[in-house]
Amino acid sequence: MKQKQRTKFSLKRLLQDNSVPIMFVLICAICFPLAGYSPSYLINELITRMGRNTFLILALLIPIMAGMGLNFGMTLGAMAGEIALILVVDWQIWGIPGIILAMIISIPISILLGVFCGNLLNKAKGREMITSYFISYFMNGVYQLVVLFLMGPIIPIVHASLKLPRGYGVRNTVSLLSMRQYLDNLLAINVNGVKIPVLTFIIIGVLCLFIIWFRRTKLGQDMRAVAQDMEVARDAGINVDRTRIVAIVISTVVAGFGMIIYLQNLGNFPTYSAHMQIGTFSIAALLVGGASVERASIGNAFLGVILFHMMFILAPEAGTAITGDSMIGEYFRTFVSYGVITVALIMYETRKRRVKSMTGHLLAQAQKEEEARSK
Amino acid sequence: MEKNKGPLLEMRNIKKDFFGNQVLTDINLSLRPGEVLGLVGENGAGKSTLMKILFGMDVIRETGGYEGEIRLDGQAVNFSTPFEALAAGIGMVHQEFSLIPGFTAAENIILNREPTKRNIVSEIFGPRMDTLDYKAIAQSADKAIDKMGVKISADMVISDMPVGHKQFTEIARELSKEHLRLLILDEPTAVLTEKEAEALLASIRSMSQQGIAVIFITHRLQEILSVCDTVVVMRDGYVVKESPAKEIDIPEITRWMVGRKVETSTVNEARELPDAKPIMSIRKLWVDMPGETVRNIDLDIKEGEILGIGGLAGQGKLGIPNGIMGLYEAGGTVEFEGKPIPLNNPRKCLDASLAFVSEDRRGVGLLLDESLEWNVAFSAMQIHDKFLKKIGPISWRDERAIREVTKRYIDELQIKCTGSRQKAKELSGGNQQKVCLAKAFALQPKFLFVSEPTRGIDVGAKALVLEALKRFNREHGVTVVIISSELEELRQSCDRIAIVSGGRIAGILPATESSEAFGTLMVSQVV
Repeated sequence: MKQKQRTKFSLKRLLQDNSVPIMFVLICAICFPLAGYSPSYLINELITRMGRNTFLILALLIPIMAGMGLNFGMTLGAMAGEIALILVVDWQIWGIPGIILAMIISIPISILLGVFCGNLLNKAKGREMITSYFISYFMNGVYQLVVLFLMGPIIPIVHASLKLPRGYGVRNTVSLLSMRQYLDNLLAINVNGVKIPVLTFIIIGVLCLFIIWFRRTKLGQDMRAVAQDMEVARDAGINVDRTRIVAIVISTVVAGFGMIIYLQNLGNFPTYSAHMQIGTFSIAALLVGGASVERASIGNAFLGVILFHMMFILAPEAGTAITGDSMIGEYFRTFVSYGVITVALIMYETRKRRVKSMTGHLLAQAQKEEEARSK
Repeated sequence: MEKNKGPLLEMRNIKKDFFGNQVLTDINLSLRPGEVLGLVGENGAGKSTLMKILFGMDVIRETGGYEGEIRLDGQAVNFSTPFEALAAGIGMVHQEFSLIPGFTAAENIILNREPTKRNIVSEIFGPRMDTLDYKAIAQSADKAIDKMGVKISADMVISDMPVGHKQFTEIARELSKEHLRLLILDEPTAVLTEKEAEALLASIRSMSQQGIAVIFITHRLQEILSVCDTVVVMRDGYVVKESPAKEIDIPEITRWMVGRKVETSTVNEARELPDAKPIMSIRKLWVDMPGETVRNIDLDIKEGEILGIGGLAGQGKLGIPNGIMGLYEAGGTVEFEGKPIPLNNPRKCLDASLAFVSEDRRGVGLLLDESLEWNVAFSAMQIHDKFLKKIGPISWRDERAIREVTKRYIDELQIKCTGSRQKAKELSGGNQQKVCLAKAFALQPKFLFVSEPTRGIDVGAKALVLEALKRFNREHGVTVVIISSELEELRQSCDRIAIVSGGRIAGILPATESSEAFGTLMVSQVV
């Protein structure tokens, strides 16, 4: 009785539980020959995208551990990262020091936004996902206010290349040429024509270690307790609200770092829309990796990045090969992201129900077997 | 601590009223270290309120506090939160479980008091970033389990545990608090099997030897006598009797509890109904009710009889009605009056004139925030279109008929309330149970399942409830199936009794059989 009673290995169950990743493996397998890319090109692209996105996706893990579901509010962290980058670009601090400074500046902004978001989510317990989704829309307005009107008159912006011609507000695109791929290129190695951004992967590795270690801390244990039963945790003296806020703050800070890593790889960003879909795409990638609303691992994050982006690399070419229109790739991207999230939210409910009916079937099975024996 | 010869706990002249309604009057209690005090009383006698005061529960402060004085080691104390009471060495095991389902027993026992190791990060960010010391957690948990004296597995996950082990995990959690001096156990044996209950009693004795005082609340009087040093009987907010356990016996306690002599109606009115035809036949029924699974149930219920279903806790007797009525996943065939009843569909059962009084009266049975009238009439209105006035296509509620029928049941079942408009949640447990019965009676069913009708209610109310069921059966010819853990009450009120053991029907005997015969059946297939 030490462990949960083991059900017999069943292929059907394995398929059901991993239906989303399996579906994506199939899509990629179909698209690969159609797209006609060479494996080395594909791996190169994939490694680049892994370095670019993984950190952002890992930001989602801690709120899931605290039972707060998929943190759509990670967009707030992305905004903090962007603001920090704009300031650093204006101060003309280049290269690695610029990236590190941007990260440092993003921390207080992220903490502020995280505390705000966490407090609101504590008022909407049980509806964290929809609430955080709309908080991110709402805060987008505040972000626009800051960047469009306050930058210039209140927050000094010196360089004309950043400012809108009217004298205040930031231009539509911020160029990060001064720090483009500095992080990726430092310590980078080249294996058979595939560039591996070692430093970026080391940073991602450190975050993974942090998450693993964090699970074993008092705070991590408290989060797991809060996730399962807030009332019991409260009765035991755990400060539930504070624990939940801390989870969101950590997620927001990590998302801020993630956004800076993401943008330094791209080399420029659209000031007013870079963060808009980052939450949706990160969440979709995590779900593609086999995570659910209540359970997600580091493995899910990595598998998700690989499958999700493999599809994005392959789909436009495959789409062009079939229909002659490359737009199909962009269409696919949006369609799949929202589709995957919808499916995950539905499965969150149905899986609970299925587990319940499973035990019933087992019982009926046991009864039948018994009859057969007695005959 | 040798000088601590004085009482550990003293409660002096405790008074409490809820908005002018006096629930406790001049309560005086004292407790020495290591003493086991049995607290008994009918439902609504004020036991729980008294313990809530002692434990500093929020509800007391929110309703205006209390009068009187509580002294711990001679020091006056006034706890404003349960945490202060815990810090002073008072532990309480509540009736409802307060455990994290996905954690192991050890993690639950030590919850939020985990031994930790410092590290660099925690030096900067504070103790919450300390890493857990899993070895020390396991050790402390094992120590607490040893102290309790009942063997449970420390690394079993709570959700996989039988209900009794969950209870023991809770007790171990209280015991793991090093400075625990007083433990309050609020009806801990209600969910335990007999064997587990015995283990618990042994554990209470060993706690007392270790100098921990225990306040033990239970309805099972023989447990009180076997384990307690002192018995305190409460009635209507007063302490009516305080006596050493050696100098009192069960009939006397019962007399003090109800304040009148209970006619121990051992008069057995079991009937034999040789030519009654079966009204319900159950074949190969399985029910997946957590903790109460049954399988391969074949059972015929005769028209007009009262059938008892008995058995130990967790053996599956509750699964049978819950499965047939569609509240838990079930399979097999059930025929009622020759017609098959679809399973997993509560509505179809109710349409077929079956009714069910659930053991979960707060969850399934009652609309707690609604008036008694609404509670009594709601199902009947929904299912049989009773209490409705029809004018053309529109139907109105017939308020007068609803009030009348509610009043009738209030009188008939002696429901203690301020009127038919009172909210259900304001009644005590026993009276809520009576409302559940009234609700089922108002449906005017042909067939009635009553699950644990007397659980957690006092002796006086018990007799009334059983009497009402019997009368309902005799006067209206309704077939009644009573599911209960208390064999004696089944023997008093039923014609036949089926015993469920290990998820199967172990046997069916006439109620006139001796207790021993039933006892043997009960343990025959226990798993």
